[in-house]
Amino acid sequence: MPGPATIGVSAPRKEGRDKVTGRARYIDDISLPDMLYGATVRSRIPRGKIKKISFGPGINWDEFVVVTAKDIPGKNCIALIESDQPCLADGVVNHPEEPILLLAHADRHALPKAVAAVEIEYEPQPPIFTIEESEQQKQIIWGADNVFKKYLIQKGDVDEVWANADFIVEGEYATGAQEQLYIETNGIIATYDAEHGLTVSGSLQCPYYVHKAMVPLFGLPENKVRVVQTETGGAFGGKEEYPSMIAGHAALLAMKSARPVKIIYDRLEDMVATTKRHPSRTRHRTAVRKDGKILGGEIDLVIDGGAYLTLSPVVLSRATIHAGGPYEWPAVRVQAKAVATNAPPHGAFRGFGAPQSLFAIERHMDRIAKVVGISPAEIRRVNFLKQGALTITDQTINENVELGKMLDRALEHADYHTKKTRFARENEHSPIKKGIGFAAFLHGAGFTGSGERYLASVVGVEGTKEGRVRVLVSSTEFGQGTNTILSQIAAETLGLPYEDAEVAQPDTFDVPNSGPTVASRTAMVVGKLVASAARGIERTLISVSLLGETHTAEEFRAACKKYAAEHGAFRSFTKYEPPANIFWDDQKYRGEAYAAYGWAIYVAQVSVDTRSYSVTVDDFVALQEVGRVLNPVLARGQIIGGVAQGIGFALYEKVEWREGRMQNGQMTNYIMPTSADVPEIRVFFEELGNTHGAYGAKGIGELPMDGPAPAIVNAIEDALGMPFDSVPLLPEDIFEAMNSAANRESEARAPAGVR
Amino acid sequence: MTKRGAAKRDISLTVNGEVKTVSAYPMERLLDVLREQLGLTGTKEGCGEGECGACSVFMDGALVDSCLVPVLQAQGSSVVTIEGLAADARARAVQDAFLEYGGAQCGICTPGMILAAVHLLNAKSAPTMDDIREGLAGNLCRCTGYVQILEAVAAAAAKRGAAR
Repeated sequence: MPGPATIGVSAPRKEGRDKVTGRARYIDDISLPDMLYGATVRSRIPRGKIKKISFGPGINWDEFVVVTAKDIPGKNCIALIESDQPCLADGVVNHPEEPILLLAHADRHALPKAVAAVEIEYEPQPPIFTIEESEQQKQIIWGADNVFKKYLIQKGDVDEVWANADFIVEGEYATGAQEQLYIETNGIIATYDAEHGLTVSGSLQCPYYVHKAMVPLFGLPENKVRVVQTETGGAFGGKEEYPSMIAGHAALLAMKSARPVKIIYDRLEDMVATTKRHPSRTRHRTAVRKDGKILGGEIDLVIDGGAYLTLSPVVLSRATIHAGGPYEWPAVRVQAKAVATNAPPHGAFRGFGAPQSLFAIERHMDRIAKVVGISPAEIRRVNFLKQGALTITDQTINENVELGKMLDRALEHADYHTKKTRFARENEHSPIKKGIGFAAFLHGAGFTGSGERYLASVVGVEGTKEGRVRVLVSSTEFGQGTNTILSQIAAETLGLPYEDAEVAQPDTFDVPNSGPTVASRTAMVVGKLVASAARGIERTLISVSLLGETHTAEEFRAACKKYAAEHGAFRSFTKYEPPANIFWDDQKYRGEAYAAYGWAIYVAQVSVDTRSYSVTVDDFVALQEVGRVLNPVLARGQIIGGVAQGIGFALYEKVEWREGRMQNGQMTNYIMPTSADVPEIRVFFEELGNTHGAYGAKGIGELPMDGPAPAIVNAIEDALGMPFDSVPLLPEDIFEAMNSAANRESEARAPAGVR
Repeated sequence: MTKRGAAKRDISLTVNGEVKTVSAYPMERLLDVLREQLGLTGTKEGCGEGECGACSVFMDGALVDSCLVPVLQAQGSSVVTIEGLAADARARAVQDAFLEYGGAQCGICTPGMILAAVHLLNAKSAPTMDDIREGLAGNLCRCTGYVQILEAVAAAAAKRGAAR
């Protein structure tokens, strides 16, 4: 008899008790004997040559460990997709805040003054800061044409659709940079000695990304680099690639000083120097029939990648594939590119390109509805993808997708139709205009196209001397619930109570490479491998006749203890096997883009105060289909948290740029939602029996970031009767739009003779 | 960002019920003294400017951001950190509710959030949802979107009500 089911149950968070009591140890809570503190001297200009570095007066420089590019034993780059980003600038800088030189000292309070006293003379070169400047190629700052990557998707013959169109609808949409704003800033501790090599520990998402970056930087063999993830206080993509940079810096200082070195960024440094969501611009031109059916369209998408390539091609890929939304396009041409500017590289942030292109298509659908003269619900209903239909990459939707039914259900939960009528009636007499709007969207789970095949993730499960199981993965916990979900899966597979399974601390000396903790892949892809590796443990015990084919939890425990007592803790490993009949063409961008999609309808209700121009979100309905819900409390937490970040993306979070540098790098002037800004977010899961991955779960983490911005901006249009096509949408933007509209109106109404 | 104008001196304060004497610069942040000298790392730094509330502690019963308090100002006062609430029944109820309702995700804001919740419940035994919203508005959380935190605090309050 197996133990009680743990899947579908809200098992308590594994590390929860440590977190609520303050016992959980984050990187800044750890100190090592003789440890030094490291700091980074950064570029103060966006682009130029470094002419001279000198060490100013008033500082006893003998007390400091100083590292420059010359101290790098291996290749001066942060290896990721390309090797274009240096670990320390050597002769030239390409963005503000680019790391140039490192300092370490035993007293961390001595560092800020020393950092300020390092004098760097530059020969400035002309920089470029916007997508438009990069496209115009007045300065070439990367490669031959400032373009990191281009993709082209072609389906059907777009050139033929215009002649048959009743309407041709055009629109241009833009999204801004967004800071991840995890509450724990970045931090790393590094140690080095010749015998053991290099160890870096810290706040990070992807231990093996850091490992991959350290090996060439130090020219060390792989077994002389150890990466350990400590408790991580939020990440959201922001700790996907940049920790490799900080790890490199701490490790260089540790190697030179032969002492442990800790680098903790303060909030300002974290905000101005590390990655943000890619700003984007999307243009749509769509041919539509009078019943609302889309005949075809052109989508032109550009994202700003900042000064180095980093992850921009992958972000662009996801943006490109999601550009058509959850709709059927008989013909479409998507032209997408990521371009270089002299800003710190933009990077991973929950959603990873999809929030940008989905904002565009979901605003555009409302625009099309207006032009055609049908409702926002009807325009979507006519065009929704259904089972058997083809996506823009010609992927057949094999699962049962009922977006029409989901739309009905979400609108009913939101009381959409009644409210829409009521608001239209009441708004006329009130300075506070209410509106309601929604967005329909999809999110692909796991790596794009051949990604999972290349990753070839490996997962282990260990049977311990205590008769319990430990999951061995490089998949990290940073709040989203990795420890809990993977323990649930292992326990369920073996018929054990939840308490008998745990997840090992991610340490590259102890755990295999289960891939990066990104792309909503952990529950779906890694979870499935955990179940398989857990069955391997069971097979081992059955094969030596310690365990029967069916067994109780008690019998498993006894068998596991006995086997481990004789042989020591024992492990079973499983490697990812790509499913059969999956086809993806990286050249033509055609085929099975994702193993599974989550589907959702989000409805936002807003109030716009036409005296203060401020927007409040009054109600929010989030309905999604993400396969089976493994842990209802955690799943709901993922959705609500994502929606709150989406509200910030839509209404509050504006990065003020000047000369490529963020000017508002503090929590006082970069505004994220507080508990007073977030409405009751009502979460609903539709379970249609679509199963993928372990116990039927599809990806969930990123999906809720996609829908809020277009839903909210659609609601604002409903409230004010005027369109807005970019986010963040701040009160000053609304003020400006309303006043220029009022001016245009009064001009139009003026008698001809007056003008 | 410690201002180090004056020399170090001995400063005495009560921390979690015990009198402690530390040698510190007068303008050193209470946050750093708690974490670095007294090893009380449950108090976290999120922003260093009193905006996020991750460094919340009680000082003579008031909820303060310990990153904004020079340690000299804490001389003679009684400071309670998350570690000091280990035996506190009210805190325990809030902590249990956070686990049950999903109030903690990454956990970095959680100690401060728990202190703010306990502070609120000390002042108001039966808070409304708006009271809770307002009571926690000084503590930022990037993971949860707050809703499950609010529910946890409401549940802890209701449980206390029922127990009486």
